[in-house]
Amino acid sequence: MEVPILKQGLYLIASIQAALSDVDLVHLRDALAEKVGKFRARGVIVDVTVLDVMDSFASRTLRDLAHMTRLRGAETVIVGIQPEVAFAMVQLGLTLEGVDTALDLEEGLAFLDKKTKRHTPRG
Amino acid sequence: MASEAVIPINSDVDVVAARQKGRELAVELGFVSTDLTLLATAISELARNIIRYAKHGEILIASVQSGERVAITVVARDKGPGIANISLAMQDGFSTSGGLGLGLPGVKRLMDEFHLVSDANKGTTVTIKKWKR
Repeated sequence: MEVPILKQGLYLIASIQAALSDVDLVHLRDALAEKVGKFRARGVIVDVTVLDVMDSFASRTLRDLAHMTRLRGAETVIVGIQPEVAFAMVQLGLTLEGVDTALDLEEGLAFLDKKTKRHTPRG
Repeated sequence: MASEAVIPINSDVDVVAARQKGRELAVELGFVSTDLTLLATAISELARNIIRYAKHGEILIASVQSGERVAITVVARDKGPGIANISLAMQDGFSTSGGLGLGLPGVKRLMDEFHLVSDANKGTTVTIKKWKR
């Protein structure tokens, strides 16, 4: 199950459509790290609204994804973690430390606008 | 209404299949949404441990009835290397430090009942139960 990655301005938006296997998740991570360079993106949004389970592997892979894209010069924000998924994650000790999150796509875009502006040289 | 399923666990796609089966059964039994997620997440972690440490195993998901109450029992078993130090495996390291990083204390927190049997070189069986609320 390939995750479609859309380019919108300076951002890449990966919208997860269905449950992902480990291999799919690793694919997504690598595809985004590569596409950040290809499209010279400054921000990445990963929308996980449809995911009903975020287990240890998924959490770790998303964290790696966020750190990899940051090393490539783009900020990543994870959006759409459902309340019960958040509860399960906390019980498992999966806090996505060091990773930015936002409520939904709209908030994610606003977050990136603010965050990337700070680094954009003026004039 | 007794139903059960056995899902062989041999690769990462089976992890997804197992947790979806668990969720399906829990939906049939009328579990609340939060508990569907907790159950599916617990199954995912147990299936993942099988792949990581034993390579192969199986997950058995069944409904059990006790008087008026209904529960789902999940048995995750493998014939892998087993867990040498069970108390260490059950130590809460929040998967970062301490503990063995098996996530078992987390799985225990997600469930109502948790039982672990493991013998070196004979394998591991984890049994968990979630009651319908």
